[in-house]
Order: sequence, then C-alpha cells, then structure tokens
Amino acid sequence: MIHDFGIVWSERNLLLSGLGNTTILSVLSAAAALLIAFVLTPALMSKQQWLAGIVRGFVDGMRCVPFLLFAYIVYYGLPSVGLRLDNWTSGLVALTIYNAAYMAEILRGAWAAQPREPIEAGIAFGFSNLGLFRRIVLPPLLLAAGPVIGNQMIQIIKDSAFLTIIALPELTHAASSIQSRHYVPFAAFITAVFLYWGLCLVIEAGVSSIDRLAMARR
Amino acid sequence: MADGSKVLDVAGVSKRFGDLEVLSDISFQVAKGETVCVLGPSGSGKSTLLRCINWLERPDAGQIYLTGTEIGVTGAGIVMSDRELSRLRTRIGMVFQHFALWPHLTVLQNLMEAPIQVQKRPSAEVRDEALALLAKVGLSDKRDAFPAKLSGGQKQRVGIARALAMRPDLLLFDEPTSALDPELVGEVLVVMRELAHEGMTMVVVTHEMGFARDAATRILFLDRGRVVETAPPERFFSAPETERARQFIQRYAGHVANGGCRT
Ligand SMILES: Nc1ncnc2c1ncn2[C@@H]1O[C@H](COP(=O)(O)OP(=O)(O)OP(=O)(O)O)[C@@H](O)[C@H]1O
Ligand SMILES: [Mg+2]
Repeated sequence: MIHDFGIVWSERNLLLSGLGNTTILSVLSAAAALLIAFVLTPALMSKQQWLAGIVRGFVDGMRCVPFLLFAYIVYYGLPSVGLRLDNWTSGLVALTIYNAAYMAEILRGAWAAQPREPIEAGIAFGFSNLGLFRRIVLPPLLLAAGPVIGNQMIQIIKDSAFLTIIALPELTHAASSIQSRHYVPFAAFITAVFLYWGLCLVIEAGVSSIDRLAMARR
Repeated sequence: MADGSKVLDVAGVSKRFGDLEVLSDISFQVAKGETVCVLGPSGSGKSTLLRCINWLERPDAGQIYLTGTEIGVTGAGIVMSDRELSRLRTRIGMVFQHFALWPHLTVLQNLMEAPIQVQKRPSAEVRDEALALLAKVGLSDKRDAFPAKLSGGQKQRVGIARALAMRPDLLLFDEPTSALDPELVGEVLVVMRELAHEGMTMVVVTHEMGFARDAATRILFLDRGRVVETAPPERFFSAPETERARQFIQRYAGHVANGGCRT
C-alpha cells in the first residue's frame, strides 16, 4: 500500500497540474458565473414581466438539468448545430452558464432580504443605475451572500470533476490516468480526494474571512 | 409659475396609489432659512409628500421647483433622465425614519460616499468637511464604527450629518425621531434645533409637537392628502382654524403643556 502511494508520489507533477487546472477552471467559471449573475439578478427582479419571465425560465430550467448532461450537450451536442468548442472552452462555458443560474438565484434571495431603506437613501442621495448597484446594493449583498456563494464555489469544484469525460486534464482526470497507467486505484483516488478537500478548505477560509467582515457590520 | 426666491415651490401636486388619492392638489412654498413642520394623522400622506419632492415617488400632477428649477421634468416638458434627476436630488438632503445608513460603510465613509461618488468633489476636502460635521453632531469618536454598532440616536445623528455632507439647499426629515427610544429623542432634536437656528432650510415631518412649536417657522397641517391648515406655530397651536386641527392638537399636543413632547 505504501508502495502504491510511492507510485502516486512519482506522478506528483501530473496530479499537481490536474489540481492547478481544477483550480483555474473553478475560479474562472465561478467569477464569470458571478458576473453573469450580476446581470441576471436585476433582470429576475425587473418589473418588466416578460424579462423577468424569460430569465426565470432559464434559471429554473438550468437548475433542473444534471450538470453531466449539460456538459455533454455543450461538448457533443453543439457541434451538430455548427458550434464546435474545444474541450477547455466547452468545460468553462458549461460550468459558467450552469452556475450563473445558481448564483443569480442566490443573489436574488439575498437581495430580497435586504432592507429597502438604504437603497432608497442611495437613490435620494443621487446614485442611479450602475453606480447605485455597484456602490450601494452590491456590497451588503455580497457580504450577506458570501457563505452561500462559497458553498456554490465548492459545488463548482466538485462539478468540474465531471469534465474528465470530455478529456479535460483536471484533477479527477489526472488521478484516473495514474490509476490506469499503474493500477493503483485506491492510492490515486484517495490522493485526489485529499487534494479536493484541501481546495475546499481554502474556500472555507475565504468564506470565514468574508464572514468576519460581515460580522463587524452586523 | 416658478418663484425663484423660494427654495422649494410645490405647486398643485397630486398622487394616487390605485384608487386611493393620497395627495390632492398640494401647494406650498418654503423660503430660504425656513423650517416648515408637516403635521397630520397617520396615513394623511406626509411621507408620500416628502417622497414626491425628490421624486422617489413620481407625482401624478403638479410641479415641484427647487430654487426655480423644475424637478423631474425638463424645460421641454419631458421626464428627466436618471442622470439629470440624480443631479437635482444631490441638492436635497433626506433624513429617514429608520436611518437608512449604508451598513457596509463606516460612519465616516457614510458621510463621504455620495459627495465623492456622486458629486465628484475632491476627497481631501470632503473628508475634512465630514470630520467637521461629525464633530458638530458629537460623534467624532465614532467615525470608524459601523452603523450597526451605534444606538438609534447616534445613527440618526449620522443620518443628519450624512445629509449635510451633500451641502444641500434643502433638508427633508421624515419622522426622524419616531423610531427612537424616548430617552434618545432629545439628542437628535438638539441637532435639528441647531440647524433650524443656523438657517438651514428644512421640511420636517414629525409628531414632536414641542419641536414643531418652538423650532418651526410655519406649520403645514395635512389631513387625508390635503393641506387643511397652514399657519405660524403660535397661531396653529393656540387658535387652530379647523375642527380637524383642533382634534389633532388635542390628541398629540396635550403633552406639550406638561413639558413632554412625546406622543
Ligand atoms: N407605495 C404605496 N402603494 C400603495 N399605497 C401606499 C404606498 N405608499 C403609501 N401608501 C398609502 O398612502 C397613504 C399615505 O401614506 P403615507 O405613508 O404618505 O402617510 P403618512 O402620513 O406618512 O403616515 P404615517 O404617519 O403613518 O407615516 C396610506 O394610506 C398608505 O397606506
Ligand atoms: Mg410616514
């Protein structure tokens, strides 16, 4: 058994590059999903019924699709309508769009729970449109939603493992190539599990520092 | 027509929510340095009137002029862009019943936020002025505290300082002491009296009859969305013209005679 872990250790570069790719995929798609959510959320809460309805349909629909299936559609399905993306682009696009729906719903919930008066004060003091959103609405929203967004980040990291099926060289992919090369499934997969866990601990640390900021303001 | 010598000129403003006519044909003017107290029973439209003045609610009819400039509508008679409306709003300070401070910013940052971000004034100048305002409301030691850590009275004094930091031509107060514990009302009224004394132009919705009696230059009595009576405080409290005002004073101001001012 020790010997098996020795084999995994000898392949550490492969694992580390897998970990690196998982991190890059997760961070990029989480950031992009959040940015898209900043647009979707105001639309969800819009007084324009048709706009709110369309976005609501997208958000609810997306949240009912298994991620694996969605990744299949983006990578294998889109080429049949003439849109061919390489595996990195497909992976990023799938993770981003899928999670934008979740992020939008998270922000909407936090927004609805915010008191109205400070936002009114923002309007009364001359903020409007983007300035109002960026300076007055968003900061308390992010502080309030920080822990839930952190949870979603963890979900994104775990979902990214599915991208091994489109041959994206992320952590699960690296672990499974090590096991198939050397027949050390337990050692290879357990090592990957611990690396995922480490990544989640980093996220947790980030969440608790946001939480400290929020606590100081509560 | 707009009277440029007045800071505020409200001309025939009406507002309805669905079937409910909340304001009907309200007209009044406020001259520079005046403190007008708006009194009236709950639901008479006082908050709605204040919110119409800076177009947080859009009036259905009538005009509102700030030092001669019409709010909400351009010279050509079309509704203003958000940008134009925002620029006019920066000249009207507002103090809210529940303080409405920005929770993610410290006290000092609350004061500096709009002058820097909206008015684009230089931050060093804004900071100096904000520090002076905090000293004025007696909160210099709280400048780095977050609003959540303050008492209600302190929050409202920050709210007033935040409004003053905009160097407004006009200050609107919507029941600034109604959400406070009785023992904290005084510290806020002290600041408001001082402002009135210094010649700040203010429209104050309040149930503090003591304040209205001795700080107001004029009382505007609202009932069911109409200005029922307008008079200097001495005359309003001692010889109200209408039965509605008489009843109202009896209900709310009975305490004044005993020296208290809470309802
Ligand atoms: N956004 C709104 N939609 C529908 N009705 C409203 C709205 N805002 C106010 N009203 C109604 O308009 C009437 C006047 O409300 P307003 O808040 O202006 O009264 P007020 O004089 O400030 O009362 P209070 O002393 O209780 O604060 C009330 O009947 C209220 O229910
Ligand atoms: Mg009110």
